[in-house]
Amino acid sequence: MWPMPFGTACCAIEFMGAVDSVFDISRFGAELVRFSPRQADLLLVLGTINYKQAPVLKKVYEQMCEPKWVVAVGACASSGGFYDNYSVVQGIDEVIPVDVYVPGCPPRPESILLSVMRLQEKLSRDAKEGKKA
Amino acid sequence: MGKVIEKFKAKFAGTIVHSHEEKGDETIVVDRGAIREVLRHAKQDEDLRFDLFLDVCGVDYLGRDPRFEVVYHLYSIPLNHRIRIKVPVPESEPSLPTCVDLWKAADWFERETFDMMGIVFEGHPNLKRLLLFEGFEGHPLRKDYPINQRQKIPEPLETP
Repeated sequence: MWPMPFGTACCAIEFMGAVDSVFDISRFGAELVRFSPRQADLLLVLGTINYKQAPVLKKVYEQMCEPKWVVAVGACASSGGFYDNYSVVQGIDEVIPVDVYVPGCPPRPESILLSVMRLQEKLSRDAKEGKKA
Repeated sequence: MGKVIEKFKAKFAGTIVHSHEEKGDETIVVDRGAIREVLRHAKQDEDLRFDLFLDVCGVDYLGRDPRFEVVYHLYSIPLNHRIRIKVPVPESEPSLPTCVDLWKAADWFERETFDMMGIVFEGHPNLKRLLLFEGFEGHPLRKDYPINQRQKIPEPLETP
């Protein structure tokens, strides 16, 4: 599960905390952080997405190869957060399909680790049921 | 009365509508027709020499007759003094002459004022939206724009 962090705001700092040696994300197989969408299979959207940024996010998502998954980290990516205004997309599921939502503003690094664990559980459930990604 | 205000009044007594000073901040309110002359004088006069353009922004007083007010903040590096220049702008004609030829820094500030308040700066070389995406409808910092009005999400650009 090689993550690509699409970090726009403060949640990216929590992701940096999750990949450091204290809250090691490589224990869960997500060690190789790729900064190119063509080489990653997990898109972590970390931070607020504006209307101006939304087509960029869509393009980055489209550049990833199948199978791919998306985790919306933080309140802003999940639902717009506390920015109920003219410029913030209220949840990135208006732009791309999301598999796991992580609440928090910002979420603790342990929550980001839990999201990777939940995604892996979801994958094994889907594989048993025969669903594609 | 502030020293800078005195220097402006020496030349523009007729067009300065109002001026006041509060705790060292000096403000003058100028007519829309005279603003270009006032700004040119502020930059070029030997006693004033406002060479640093700090800000231009718009204020929306919904319900008042000149609905908008455009506020310029200027600073003089050699002489270390500041001035705030306010210009009332009516809603029927929300436009002002640009001051990009005097201060290059005014370029993006005027684009931001156009983007957020809808005040057009005539003569501006590139008056496009700055902070919002190009297809945005409306001017959000006006008081009659609903706070949580949504827009259509723009599509990604096609690259060749």
